[in-house]
Amino acid sequence: MTGLEFEKPVRDLQEKIAELKKFTSTSEVDLSDEIEKLELRLKKLEDDIYNSMTPWDRVQMARHPNRPTTLDYISYLFEGFFELHGDRTYGDDAAIVAGIAKYHGQPVTVIGHQRGRDTKENIQRTFGMPHPEGYRKALRLMKQAEKFNRPIICLIDTKGAYPGKAAEERGQSEAIARNIFEMAGLTVPVICVVIGEGGSGGALALGVGDRLFMLENSTYSVISPEGAAALLWKDAGLAKRAAETMKITAPDLRALGIVDEIIPEVRGGAHRDAKRQAELMDEVLKPAIKQLLTMEQTSLVDQRYEKYKRIGGYAEQTTGLKD
Amino acid sequence: MAIKNMFTKQKPKKIKYATIPSEAAKQDVPEGIMQKCPKCKKIMYTRELQKNLHVCFGCGYHYPMRAHERIKSLLDEGSFRELDAGLSTANPLQFPDYEEKIAADRKKTGLNEAIVTGVGSIDGYPSAFAFMDSSFRMGSMGSVVGEKITRAVEEAIRLRIPFIIFTASGGARMQEGVLSLMQMAKTGAAFKRLSDRGGLIVSVMTHPTTGGVSASFASLGDFNFAEPGALIGFAGRRIIEQTIREKLPEDFQTAEFLLKCGQLDAVLHRSEMKEKLSFLLDIHQTGGGER
Ligand SMILES: [Zn+2]
Repeated sequence: MTGLEFEKPVRDLQEKIAELKKFTSTSEVDLSDEIEKLELRLKKLEDDIYNSMTPWDRVQMARHPNRPTTLDYISYLFEGFFELHGDRTYGDDAAIVAGIAKYHGQPVTVIGHQRGRDTKENIQRTFGMPHPEGYRKALRLMKQAEKFNRPIICLIDTKGAYPGKAAEERGQSEAIARNIFEMAGLTVPVICVVIGEGGSGGALALGVGDRLFMLENSTYSVISPEGAAALLWKDAGLAKRAAETMKITAPDLRALGIVDEIIPEVRGGAHRDAKRQAELMDEVLKPAIKQLLTMEQTSLVDQRYEKYKRIGGYAEQTTGLKD
Repeated sequence: MAIKNMFTKQKPKKIKYATIPSEAAKQDVPEGIMQKCPKCKKIMYTRELQKNLHVCFGCGYHYPMRAHERIKSLLDEGSFRELDAGLSTANPLQFPDYEEKIAADRKKTGLNEAIVTGVGSIDGYPSAFAFMDSSFRMGSMGSVVGEKITRAVEEAIRLRIPFIIFTASGGARMQEGVLSLMQMAKTGAAFKRLSDRGGLIVSVMTHPTTGGVSASFASLGDFNFAEPGALIGFAGRRIIEQTIREKLPEDFQTAEFLLKCGQLDAVLHRSEMKEKLSFLLDIHQTGGGER
């Protein structure tokens, strides 16, 4: 059982209940009354704990090794997913998966960061941290979707773009910048969902769209809490404090007007029931696509522009230099 | 007079309703009852091999496949309407011995040229098609191949249907010199035209797809696929080795190598080809077409 630190009281109680159940089944003594009481207590405890998660708790949840990945959601939500490879220039980056599929009968292009589900796969997929060719593959398939008038769904789940020598040589910055630039002008609906970690520009390169959704326990940030702590206070150990300060949780981003809607998670986190989690995502995704498909291409692009134009906090004084 | 008329005989565009295999092509059964896999040396019944779409039972080696066999393996029965079957070379450069070579290959293959084009359907979804056949002059591209592809693309534009091409070619046809080179531009321009009208283009590269063919229409699909083990590349291995004075890796310029290099959308086994193409045609029913 891979539990997180803050869930320990829940785990302890669950263990105790299991123990009593086992005891009841093997002995003459009937403890069902006791068990029932404890189960009620467990429910209350779960309510208490999962309803008051701190940002740091959510960071742990977003990074949970068993958290459902892009391919998990693809298998539950889409029919006939046909994976397509390569940037037609340099390589095929396994840190991003992309392809075409049907969503409730509607052809769509699906693109997402892909973490590995074990060490071997993580190495092959560079822990879901893309190289420029990954972003260029994504862009190639977005342009293809545009040509054939298919909506695009992007699933975001990365610590960030891969920090490496080869990535820089091949233009990591240019690849991210190009995606932002081109996504702003796509004439088809683009829906982005943060399913795990939304790490910086590496996440945003799949993240400029008409709707941005976040799973309840996902995070989206300009830098990892560890990175921020190291930069701000020269101490990566202060990551917890950074997480609280930086506004990286779904409720925080909703309050800032960046996220359009929060997708509720299965109690205790998406990893408890990936299939159910996919259903919860479906409930938000389906009406959103339906609505966006009714929009004209130009108003789609204009609306997207307005969406991003609104974001930012500033004060303005009249200078008299311009009116 | 249009420039092309200086080189090609004026013939009305013929549409043949018969399905492709001419009598000669039907008789072209590979040698003998048994065959040995060139890769794993497994001995197999030719009949069984044919039924298995010419894929080795032992190692999955994909034998070259004749155009008419591909049509049979992929298209709905009786749906294929061949285009421009009557087009043949006029030896535009008066290249010595060229006509004799063409005549010999015609006899050998039952084809007029290295490509069969037409309109048909897969699981009921209509599309224009081009199937190159490497048993005719190594599938090399001269004026006829270029013209037939271009006309098939024009037919796709006219009917507002997708265009699917199976390539198999050693490249440009030397006997037609620079006219061959220009077929790259002609076919490329046709592809651009179809694409700009929202048309779907699928290219499936089969063994071998090299030189001027890989450097033109074969690489211009919205989807570029290849069969396993297919040799795909621009310059030949020997030339590269001589130039860089290095031994190239074993898998250099194979379909799998190209997939790693980001050049292909997928490598598709022959057994899944029909299903995948059918899915692509299905998914582009809505959303495709003119914008
Ligand atoms: Zn074999």
